[in-house]
Amino acid sequence: MSFETLRPSPALKEFLPIEYKDLVDHGPYGKNKKVSDMGKFKEIIEEHPMCAGCAMTLFIRLMYIGMPNPEHTIVVGTAGCGRLALSQASVPFVYGNYGDTNAVASGLKRGLDIRFPNQFKDIVVCAGDGGLVDIGFQGLMHSWFRHEKFATVLLDNEVYGNTGGQESGMTNKGKVLKMSPRGKKDDKMDMLGLAKVAKLDYIARLAPTNPARVARTIRRAILIAREFGATYVQAYTSCNIEYSIPTPDVMKDAFEIEKDRYGFEEIISDRAKEYLKDLEAKAKAAKKAKK
Amino acid sequence: MSNLDFVAEGKPADWVPLGETQTVVDPMEMFFKLPRKTEFITGSEAARESIRRMNVDVAIAYPITPQSETMQQAGYLYDEGYIKDFYRGEEEIGVMSACSGASRAGVRTLTATSGPGLMRGMEAISSWPGARVPIVLMDMCRVINTPLAIQPDNIEMSFMLNTGMLLLHAEDQQDFYDYPLVAAIVSEKVDVTLPCAVSVDGFFVTHARGQVSMTPKEYKLPPRDGWASAVPAMDNENPPARLSRDAPIQKSNFISYHMHSSWQQEVFAAVERSAKYFDKYLGGLIEIINPDAEEFLVASGAAVSQSREAVRQEGEAGRKVGMIKIKSIRPWPMRELVAALKNAKRIMVPEFNQAGWLHKELCSTLYGRTTGTMIGGPRVYGGMTMPTEMILEWLADARKKQL
Ligand SMILES: Cc1ncc(C[n+]2csc(CCOP(=O)(O)OP(=O)(O)O)c2C)c(N)n1
Ligand code: SF4
Ligand SMILES: [Mg+2]
Repeated sequence: MSFETLRPSPALKEFLPIEYKDLVDHGPYGKNKKVSDMGKFKEIIEEHPMCAGCAMTLFIRLMYIGMPNPEHTIVVGTAGCGRLALSQASVPFVYGNYGDTNAVASGLKRGLDIRFPNQFKDIVVCAGDGGLVDIGFQGLMHSWFRHEKFATVLLDNEVYGNTGGQESGMTNKGKVLKMSPRGKKDDKMDMLGLAKVAKLDYIARLAPTNPARVARTIRRAILIAREFGATYVQAYTSCNIEYSIPTPDVMKDAFEIEKDRYGFEEIISDRAKEYLKDLEAKAKAAKKAKK
Repeated sequence: MSNLDFVAEGKPADWVPLGETQTVVDPMEMFFKLPRKTEFITGSEAARESIRRMNVDVAIAYPITPQSETMQQAGYLYDEGYIKDFYRGEEEIGVMSACSGASRAGVRTLTATSGPGLMRGMEAISSWPGARVPIVLMDMCRVINTPLAIQPDNIEMSFMLNTGMLLLHAEDQQDFYDYPLVAAIVSEKVDVTLPCAVSVDGFFVTHARGQVSMTPKEYKLPPRDGWASAVPAMDNENPPARLSRDAPIQKSNFISYHMHSSWQQEVFAAVERSAKYFDKYLGGLIEIINPDAEEFLVASGAAVSQSREAVRQEGEAGRKVGMIKIKSIRPWPMRELVAALKNAKRIMVPEFNQAGWLHKELCSTLYGRTTGTMIGGPRVYGGMTMPTEMILEWLADARKKQL
């Protein structure tokens, strides 16, 4: 339905801005674009006002490519650097109060299920470590334990970037930042551990070192959330400004941090594995039938 | 398989949600034409019967006295199939935020709270009007801590006055049945698209019985039309542009002041536009008794009932005292009040709160528009009742002192 609504009538088309026409003709809606297609299609996000070289923007760009049905997706965000890019995308973006994302998404998803009984509407919460783990902790936890049917993507830059570099619950112990003048006293919060306790069907931690893997992770998180409820992706998205990473070295930092401590971890429940296998088989069969 | 399968979760295969057996009727038909039967019930029960007929899609609850009884009743209504989805949220910020999410999806959304719960949810609530989300918020007023108390006191209503919320004040059990239904319909009018709170004085109304005349439960209001609103629902059913509903406001790091000021102007203009609908569905924004009197009691909520009795007793003693019941606090019936009170010599405002917010509202409306004397009181708070004698004494005192 949405894909149809975006297609203008032929008479109107010529009067629309080129941006819009490009999205209709060369956008990813209903087309299942891959990372390897980058540069060959009109992406959901192109411009943004974030700092030059910020790894978070790369991650967000890949996140949109990973969406299985961007034409039926709504992103819920909150205050923080990420929303500067999220609000420029051609996927609707809900911006409420700081830290309210997972409560808003709970209501939104339930409402959309009622209004569109026969169409999956994917909700993706995408917010910072301060927004999700500190101020939004309660909402995050309860949405997990209620197994609300949406994916949560944590942009973990290990700092309050947007307010100028204060330590957060996700900052590492000992790190000197604004508001931790003697070094952070406590450990980085173990959100993956909490996700396991909540028995989420899909949990992943990664750095944006492998673009195809980022897109695949997001895709899995969204597909599994549709079926079984809450999923969690935690992505290291360095803040080059507050961590003084020279812009040309941002990716080098991502590789190093991934190797040293962040790693890649993916925990999929048995039923979710079965479901993914089933989807893959169906996709293969459909491809074969097409041939 | 349908996304709606969860509605029948745990029910036998042949289960029919009772909401589906109800007939949809036009609001005017429900409010004014359908036959009614009177029952002697509590305010909480009246609220339940109102919700039963409201055609609610999503109700989200968090317990707090004196509201809990209503939202647990809403839970039973969900179990019977009158409400499509229901859950107990994590706490009030979570509940009020989730309500904004549900309403953004384009479905009819309901919650209820009291005093401290309203305060806790206030950050979310105060952002509802700007998000243009129709929501019905039942507000059973109680003391705001501290010291800890659960008794009735309506100071919490003053916190909603300047948010852009629509705000009705129910006098009794009957109003608490009627007003929420009206609230649902008016808040969803395209040229309104705003949340509406229906406040009531806790315990005096919620936990006491009164006569409530109700339409048959086989009828319900029309559903919310998710396609009709001042701003589109967040459903991704609109052509994508590189801006979302919020984006003109959040286009870059900070919003243009011009954009924010016009957005605010529009919210408060929408509050004014709602007046014509409330006027129609409530039979006027105010009710007037003895319009040609020189002395007036002006009140809202439970203070109206006490004022009615004072007017009656004054009448028995041969004195004609007028009374105005203000049904709608937002939109504020400025024109109606000025017209009704322009010849009044004495205007007394009894209230169930310490600050006298209604008196202040009235003073700013009538300043320079009446030669009458404004008397702020009597006031009770912290859970006190307001005996009729108290109003009579204040009237006698004012006469003696020639105020
Ligand atoms: C209720 C409330 N408290 C505080 C803030 C201020 N605030 C805005 S963004 C932000 C920090 C964002 O940090 P994070 O969520 O980690 O996102 P990042 O900018 O690092 O991506 C804070 C504290 C706010 N907007 N609202
Ligand atoms: S402050 Fe940090 S996280 Fe925010 S945009 Fe700049 S580099 Fe990125
Ligand atoms: Mg951060």
